Amino acid sequence: MKLFSLDALKRSTGVFAIKGGIHPETRKYLTAESAVEKMPVPSILRVPLQQHIGAQAEPLVKRDDHVLKGQLIGKARGPVSANVHAPTSGRVLAVGMFAAPHPSGLPVMTVTIRPDGKDEWGPRLPRLRPEEATPDQIADRVLEAGIVGMGGATFPAAVKLGLGRKYDLHTLVINAAECEPYLTCDDRLLRERPEEVVDGIAMMVKALGVSKVIVAIESNKPKAIAEMRRHIFAAAPEASVMPVPTLYPMGSEKHLVRTVLGLETPARALTAELGVIVHNAATAHAVHKAVRYGEPLISRFLTVSGRGVTAPKNLEVMIGTPVSEILDFCGGLKGEPDRLLLGGPMMGMPIQSVRVPVIKGTNGVLALDRSETRPEQSMPCIRCAGCVTVCPCGLTPLELQARIGAEDLDGAVDIGLMDCVACGSCSYVCPSNIPLVQSFNYAKGKLAALQSQKHQQEETKRLAEARKAREEAVAEAKRLAMEKHKAAQAAKKKAAEEKKRREAEAAAAAAPDAPTEAAE
Amino acid sequence: MTVGHAIVSGPHAHSRLTVTNTMVMVMICLLPATGMGFYQFGWPAVLLFAVTVGSAVGFEALCLLLARRPLERFLFDGSAVLSGWLLAMTLPPWAPWWVGAAGSFIAIVIAKQVFGGLGQNLFNPAMVARAMLLIALPVQMTTWVLPEPTGTAGAPAFHEALAITFGAAPQIDAFTGASTLGFVTAQLDGGATLDAIMPQTFSLHDLFIGRVAGSMGETSALLLLAGGILLILTRVITWHIPVSVLGGAAALAGALWLADPSHFPSPAWHLSSGAMMLCAFFIATDYVTSPLTLTGQLIYGAAIGVLIVLIRTFGSFPEGAAFAVLLMNACTPLLDHYIRPRIFGRDRKGKPLGIKGDKA
Repeated sequence: MKLFSLDALKRSTGVFAIKGGIHPETRKYLTAESAVEKMPVPSILRVPLQQHIGAQAEPLVKRDDHVLKGQLIGKARGPVSANVHAPTSGRVLAVGMFAAPHPSGLPVMTVTIRPDGKDEWGPRLPRLRPEEATPDQIADRVLEAGIVGMGGATFPAAVKLGLGRKYDLHTLVINAAECEPYLTCDDRLLRERPEEVVDGIAMMVKALGVSKVIVAIESNKPKAIAEMRRHIFAAAPEASVMPVPTLYPMGSEKHLVRTVLGLETPARALTAELGVIVHNAATAHAVHKAVRYGEPLISRFLTVSGRGVTAPKNLEVMIGTPVSEILDFCGGLKGEPDRLLLGGPMMGMPIQSVRVPVIKGTNGVLALDRSETRPEQSMPCIRCAGCVTVCPCGLTPLELQARIGAEDLDGAVDIGLMDCVACGSCSYVCPSNIPLVQSFNYAKGKLAALQSQKHQQEETKRLAEARKAREEAVAEAKRLAMEKHKAAQAAKKKAAEEKKRREAEAAAAAAPDAPTEAAE
Repeated sequence: MTVGHAIVSGPHAHSRLTVTNTMVMVMICLLPATGMGFYQFGWPAVLLFAVTVGSAVGFEALCLLLARRPLERFLFDGSAVLSGWLLAMTLPPWAPWWVGAAGSFIAIVIAKQVFGGLGQNLFNPAMVARAMLLIALPVQMTTWVLPEPTGTAGAPAFHEALAITFGAAPQIDAFTGASTLGFVTAQLDGGATLDAIMPQTFSLHDLFIGRVAGSMGETSALLLLAGGILLILTRVITWHIPVSVLGGAAALAGALWLADPSHFPSPAWHLSSGAMMLCAFFIATDYVTSPLTLTGQLIYGAAIGVLIVLIRTFGSFPEGAAFAVLLMNACTPLLDHYIRPRIFGRDRKGKPLGIKGDKA
């Protein structure tokens, strides 16, 4: 039953409402008017070979190698993986394990480069003329350039561009909602490089073979909307810019598709199955650079913000730049921040060390002081249902939490744990300050571990059974062969005996009549 | 350099809403009606209020100490104060102090802490206390006084108030009068018709404004309504429960009234009682004991409204709010089990949605 709500009256027409969502303090004013500055080449670059969802890239360089800007240093391995390139020229100091830009701080294979300061380009990929390039050529170029989803999910973009072969696609949605608080780098990108973004979109359109493009931008970015409206006509026959409500989590792929097209993606399905592909605006920009100029993805725009940073800025940084150097470029930290994050405050990751690098999916570096973060203490749930009201996925987070607290993980799955997108709206509004997402992540992690354990057990069992079957088959074959052999032996023996007997008979018969025979 | 102490999932920001904020907001919205109670019933009401709230906090502290839970975190969350406050609102204003203290004991110890404290109770603590007091102490719980506004000749002075609240024997016979609900029910049971009864009691106007005998904080429907609307405007509660309680009550009362106006009071009369308003906006909306979903809340609220009118009309007690709320509190887990929001990408039964154009 859909309840009548007063909100229904005031929602603007043209967009489809999603349930729930929150209006966090955006604090975008900190950086919204600061133009993107290009950060100088840092003193050291640490380029992880795993910056994407999928398999780690294979290192192609070794210690003391000299690399040029744009040179391939890590090769994609397998169908879901991404190439990694040298962001500048310099000497490879090490190829080894280094702390990943991840809350765990676990080490990941990393190429450490000491830039030589010359920033000397190596041979670039040949330029493609988009007008003449085939869809496959564009997708291949995106693959070669190591482009991944730059909104933070870091899914290899080429894989998504290739979905046109498998699904009947009709619409490309460009996600420029930028619903995370603080972040303004996509906003600045659309305002400062609209032609380039539109050019990238046009190439994506060509690669996907769609005719319709919708650029979705939250209504709190009027300048970006105006800039895109001025240029979007070049992207596709049916191209439009759609302002969407400023409501977190508008940038969630499935919720965005629901908002702009009214299509609700079924649980556990891809938007592609509905004929819709969603790409981030920054990804479109990277595609433009890769196709037009043959430049791989070696730098990106990001927002450095939060009250803990002396001078919040939007920057263009090389992939692999250590967080410490980025913060130094922004005037350093004001005291020790309460939390240091990569990404936005809602879904970003806390990092333990400022030595970790930024990667392809890093859209922000935030240093939040005490006034911007959460209180530490939590209270018991008072069942205020705030989390139920704001959940964009229609879940009852307090019940999930209760079941997970009782280690009833299967019970939590029954009421939709796996439909949670971890947007954090529930934890944001909770008056008892219960870390709901934390327990959902715990439960998902534990279930994944159990699943893989189960899978492993099953696999072991399967292999053992297969082996047994194989051995039995071999034994059976042996037995059969043996039997055959025995039978053959027996037959031979019998034949021999027969022969012998016959010979003997013949001999016996012949003995008296030997002369007769001889006479014949 | 390492920074940040916690390895935690997002979100790293928070709305800064707290349990205490919510409780304080409810108290602010209760202020007008409470002030009216103090004004009308004078010092005894103030003393009883102080005793009830004070003992509620005292019992809470005791339970927390016994359970070895952190005092500073739970004692000042405002929940004990609010439970005591709501209970005091429903007590006869000149009741002796031990009625308030016993009520607080029932509310805090039996109805709340025994279940596990904040957020764990199945039943509304204030209503458990009120229902138990009403059954156990029928005399003290139905001894009403006529309003003697502070400053008028009949208002008791402070030392008289001390005697009323803390004295051994109540010497207040001169002031007593029946509450409207009690009077009308008694008269109807006696065979009189409403046309004959109504002129003998308070007018609808007085009833709505609150210049009537009754519980300390339940006399003024108007001020409770004002506080309740403020509660909705500040988004502490949504309109669903209050509107469905009042709607459910009005619907049943209206049907009965249309059927026989001489024996059943009009819906306006039911709605203009302060007890109904307090219940609709402040009692039934208790987060802990009400359903989670809006649909569930509508069913819950409407059922409470219907039950209140049923108990008032056909039950042996003149007022049914406490019983109605407790009955529906018991149904809350059931409502929450069966009424769930639809999960994104799934139908109501939890099956993934089909893909349009799917030939299957």
